Amino acid sequence: MIKLTPAKEFQFPINAECINPDVLSGKTREEIEKLKIWEGNKPKKIGELFKVEENRTENPLEKEAAITIHGNVSKARRIGADMKNGEIVILGDVGMHLGEEMKGGKITVHGNVDSWAGSMMKNGTIEIHGNAGNYLGAPYRGCSEGMHGGKIIVNGNVGTEAGAHMKKGIIKIYGSAGQFVGFRMCDGTIYIQKDAEPRAGACMTSGKIVIGGFLESVLPSFTIDSIKGKVKIEENEVAEGPFYLFLGDRVEHGDGKLYVFKTKNPHLSHYEKYL
Amino acid sequence: MELLIKNGFVFDPTNGVKGEKMDIAVSDGKIVEKVNERKAKKIDASGMIVMPGGVDIHCHIAGSEVNTGRLLRPEDHFKDFERKTSTTRSGVGYSIPSTFTTGYRYARMGYTTIMNPSMPPLEAKHTHEELSDTPMVDKASYPLLGDWWFVLEYLKDGKIEECARYIAWIMSSTKGYAIKIVNPGGLEAWGFGHNVSSIDDQVPCFCITPREIIRGLCKVNKLLNLPHTIHVHTNNLGKPGNYQTALETMKCVEDLYDGNKPAIHITHCQFSAFKGDDWASLQSGAEEIANYVNTHSHVTLDMGQVIFTDTTTMTADGPFQYTLYELSGNKWVNHDVETETSAGIVPFRYRRKRYVHAVQWSIGLELALLIKDPWKIFMTTDHPNGGPFTSYPKIIAWFMSKKAREAALKRINPRARSRSLLPTIDRELNFYDIAVVTRAGQAKALGLINKGHLGVGADADIAIYNVNPEKTDPSRKYKLVRRAFKRAAYTVKDGKIVVKDGEVLKHVEGATMWLDVQSLEPAKITDDVKRRFREYWTVEYENYPVTEDYLEVSNPIPIKACV
Repeated sequence: MIKLTPAKEFQFPINAECINPDVLSGKTREEIEKLKIWEGNKPKKIGELFKVEENRTENPLEKEAAITIHGNVSKARRIGADMKNGEIVILGDVGMHLGEEMKGGKITVHGNVDSWAGSMMKNGTIEIHGNAGNYLGAPYRGCSEGMHGGKIIVNGNVGTEAGAHMKKGIIKIYGSAGQFVGFRMCDGTIYIQKDAEPRAGACMTSGKIVIGGFLESVLPSFTIDSIKGKVKIEENEVAEGPFYLFLGDRVEHGDGKLYVFKTKNPHLSHYEKYL
Repeated sequence: MELLIKNGFVFDPTNGVKGEKMDIAVSDGKIVEKVNERKAKKIDASGMIVMPGGVDIHCHIAGSEVNTGRLLRPEDHFKDFERKTSTTRSGVGYSIPSTFTTGYRYARMGYTTIMNPSMPPLEAKHTHEELSDTPMVDKASYPLLGDWWFVLEYLKDGKIEECARYIAWIMSSTKGYAIKIVNPGGLEAWGFGHNVSSIDDQVPCFCITPREIIRGLCKVNKLLNLPHTIHVHTNNLGKPGNYQTALETMKCVEDLYDGNKPAIHITHCQFSAFKGDDWASLQSGAEEIANYVNTHSHVTLDMGQVIFTDTTTMTADGPFQYTLYELSGNKWVNHDVETETSAGIVPFRYRRKRYVHAVQWSIGLELALLIKDPWKIFMTTDHPNGGPFTSYPKIIAWFMSKKAREAALKRINPRARSRSLLPTIDRELNFYDIAVVTRAGQAKALGLINKGHLGVGADADIAIYNVNPEKTDPSRKYKLVRRAFKRAAYTVKDGKIVVKDGEVLKHVEGATMWLDVQSLEPAKITDDVKRRFREYWTVEYENYPVTEDYLEVSNPIPIKACV
């Protein structure tokens, strides 16, 4: 197992795509220290920015991991980008594009992450025990290649446009979500245990969004379909209702499913007369 | 500076050189009989192919629609980027690369002359600004004149000679090179939300038909002695059953052929060769078109080959682009350019497993292989509509090797494969034919006297590819050929070595060619014409022309007109 500790407080963005189990596995400490990493516009070596140690630990949080990072790396971008195997555990905050286009393996963060975590991911798991920024699992601006698979679990809150352009996979948010959750999603599941800001599911064509808390308003391009007692989130996980089921977004001729928890949203009861 | 290219296998179809081992001498940017062997810089081209620099007759590389495409597609940029080096500038983009990258990528493939085929006269300044920023290649642009209001009015009244004088004026004032006609009449109709469905439909408000526009401009082209023919994007492009429209378009100018120079160029013909009643019954109309072209000499074509990749479609054909948006549901841009033309942009992905896309792929190659005379059909992808120009080496491999075509056929939609004519075609092009379809034929069709050949006096634009025609069998070793054409061993532009082993050595500016058409009697710019500019155009008459100092490197070609 490789343990990385930031050698200093970073001032400039670090492009850390080499912090990836596929790259580091099988290398000795000396080899890892010589790997190239960009700090701002200057090429550096990992050894100059991080203290690299090889150690075994009995700490259950990081026991299985191939790489652990101890400390604040909120300036480091693209950690675990393109990774296929192995596990990264980060004890601290982490920067943008965590696990971008990830194809397998697992990333666990005991801290907050910045925007575009799990952007365009294909498979694997990202577990975030703090909050996540904007564009969780979403592609870059203009791109329509959203999440193609895998799982993202956030125990805190997330920013805007979580799961935009999602095509497959699941995002579970145990806090609340910002505006435009599931924007233009085509398939897959997004579960929000707490509240969501408005415009949930805008332009969605298929897929499932489940909101377990308060939602100020449903977009006018959604129509009410029925009231459901419970919703399946994934294997062995069911959200207990009752839920209003809305279909949309009709603007895009979509029939995505938007479930909104009935008990916490009495202001939506006027939809019931259309049932 | 003097240069001597020694011992290469030279393919120069214009001068009938078929792979003979010879030396090419260059002095002051021109090809000469001989140079002082001791003083000249030497390139050892033994075991390599020497060809004239590539010429591309049709590729959208500059102008407002290309730039709007760049703005529309940030996702086209972030995965394909080139870093700055000591000689080259940085750039981004795959299907719509930035101007500098466009120039470098063409030069790396050995191309030295490219034609930007659609320039709304109103956007001429923007187009020339971008062309001036496209290095390494000589270039020119075709103004869109098929739906220009003045043209429609003069042709409606049958005033061919006056129309010709106006076109002479517009050609010089927009710094254009040839008459481009896109969906004649349809673009004017699109201003009212309509389209025309055959070449005998009436254009709203103008009492004229597409047939009259095409014939009228073909006559104008002849009166003005323009070096290229009219460059036509047919009506009904991209609609099943449109091969008949393409045939009618070719037939309608049959009688205007004078026996030596073609009368019409049908561009990206693949998109106009669909047979069938709807998308489900779509079939290839390549055989019918090829049969017609094989028996007639008044027409040249370019392929518009489809490549299975993610690309951006952009044409001046607004109604077609709207149809494409409805089919794909992608983001889109559509634009009505005042009194002149329209335009549209839709990102598009051609998938080999989709029946329609696979049929399109097959049509392009069928056209190129069924038309027997390589001087009549040229290799293009209608960049970026069928795919980016960087895929040309792939197409060359498909041309030269049945095995390469079979490998590609194996992976396409099975229904399209079973209907494709490609398995029945055994023809394989040789290096000489490749030199025709990629440079000599295109230069001849464009009337470029100094390009596309290696005769004495020609511009010293030369491409050298590292493949030995004596030792390599391209039909078996097609991957080697593909690699060689992807990265030219040397590209020489105006006598300077600009690329070596696929790396750009030197950043050079290319010239912008334009026609300085001298009519016997200049166009009458009456107060009425100026009034119309004031009333109908957003630009005043005085601000409309592009002045010569606007071009970075200007290369006017004087033309004596008959009117």
